[in-house]
Amino acid sequence: MFQILAQNALNALQLGSVYALIALGYTMVYGILTLINFAHGDIFMVGTYLSLAAAVFLLGLPLGLPLVVVFVGALCFSMALTAVLGVVIERLAYRPLRQAPRVSAVITALGVGLFLENFTLGILGPEPRHFPTLIPLQAWEIWGLTITPLQILIILGAAVLMVLLDFLVRRTLLGMAMRAISYNRLIVPLMGVPVDRVISLTFAIGSAIAAAGGLMYGLAYPVLDPYMGIRIGWWAFIAAVVGASAISGEPCWGALSWAQWRFSPRCCCRLPLTGTSWPFPSCSCSWSSSPRACSAGRYLRECD
Amino acid sequence: MNLLEVTDLWIAYDRINAVRGVSFTVGQGEIVTLIGANGAGKSTILRAISGLLPAAKGSITFAGEDLLPLAAHLRAQRGIAHVPEGRGIFGNLTVLENLRLAAYAHTEAQFRQDLREVYRLFPRLAERRQQWGNTLSGGEQQMLAVGRALMSRGRLLLLDEPSMGLAPMLVREIFKVIQRLNQQGATILLVEQNANLALEVARRAYILETGEITLSGPSEELQHHPQVVEAYLGG
Repeated sequence: MFQILAQNALNALQLGSVYALIALGYTMVYGILTLINFAHGDIFMVGTYLSLAAAVFLLGLPLGLPLVVVFVGALCFSMALTAVLGVVIERLAYRPLRQAPRVSAVITALGVGLFLENFTLGILGPEPRHFPTLIPLQAWEIWGLTITPLQILIILGAAVLMVLLDFLVRRTLLGMAMRAISYNRLIVPLMGVPVDRVISLTFAIGSAIAAAGGLMYGLAYPVLDPYMGIRIGWWAFIAAVVGASAISGEPCWGALSWAQWRFSPRCCCRLPLTGTSWPFPSCSCSWSSSPRACSAGRYLRECD
Repeated sequence: MNLLEVTDLWIAYDRINAVRGVSFTVGQGEIVTLIGANGAGKSTILRAISGLLPAAKGSITFAGEDLLPLAAHLRAQRGIAHVPEGRGIFGNLTVLENLRLAAYAHTEAQFRQDLREVYRLFPRLAERRQQWGNTLSGGEQQMLAVGRALMSRGRLLLLDEPSMGLAPMLVREIFKVIQRLNQQGATILLVEQNANLALEVARRAYILETGEITLSGPSEELQHHPQVVEAYLGG
């Protein structure tokens, strides 16, 4: 019994890590612009395809590159290009609508998503693509649990990216500017902060993290099709809503707990010290839909 | 020398002209005040100077440079420090982060140096530096707002109703700081509804009515001008 639960939790942690990486992009953009970027799932899809392209290209070179190099190359390539994609989408589709009613921007986001799906479909066709194996397929048995190197890579990789992002948002000047924009965008230029550039960077970072999630997803679930972005994007979106906003000062661990919750229906709470949420049987669910409602103190009270 | 020159400024919200052909100057080292009732266009003028609102017509020059083509953040980097109505504190940032953000364009060393100055001027901010902005009282928020303006090394402070919503004692404190900053060389454009206070600290004043300047001159003169006494000083 314990083994089944623990194994499920581990598998959920792997899947949840991918969801979390995508969810971060949703929450970053929502935090800063109160825009639900419905195209984000499809940005993730493009990121997955870009890492596929890079991996296939690097494996096809007659150099016999080690798999680590292929992995890192695919990661860098897809993160960089997907970041550019995110910035271009913001520039062309969202920025002209910054003063428009919010519904216009949301519908535009849906349109951008449809465009990305069908553009990919048009170029690559509907056949699913197979993602090459970059991480050795093996499994270790520890205390009756099956653990794979891929699992460790995904969980640790996601954790590292989340810690880096958390550092960026909490400790750097750019992060302060992002949080300030999420609080009151109109005042921020008075501080000498180029708001448009900060917003562009937010899209770049969110998209790049989604691309990293895409590579990990491709490695773990190696069948890609142009509509994968909607399916997986929706799960990540729910995770983002459950997990509150990354920009407003809380990291988005909610995705992890969401994925675990899917596997084993427990509730989550936010640990007092770190403000993170984690499955914890004795706590009641907390729901934070407003990015402003996220000061550390309030979380504590919600949790009690 | 005039630090700020506003000439024939027109500002429109949609198609309604909120400010109609306003001209005034602020000399280096002066405190100048714009006085007027609600809706006279005072805050609108400040927003146009700092770039939060576009001007429909006219010109704004700052230290000889035309400001109108510049985006708001570039004007702030040139030395326009706008303390907006309602203070505009970022409640989800700590006091220290609010101050750091205001020094966005500066190096860490410059920031450290200016921070010491601001903490000396407002010891209360130093005590509260790790608190969230939205946990500050109104007076502390006003101090933080002025502190931010100093952190940006503004050469011209645009103060929008610094007395708003504050207890009389705090208002006096804030105005003392304003005078002290001025003695240290800051140039200040002050917008106030509290005409008494404003005329006390300012060297010159402009009276604004429904988007037009109807009266201007040295503060001592205006303090006794029948029109001002009747309309603003409850004479």
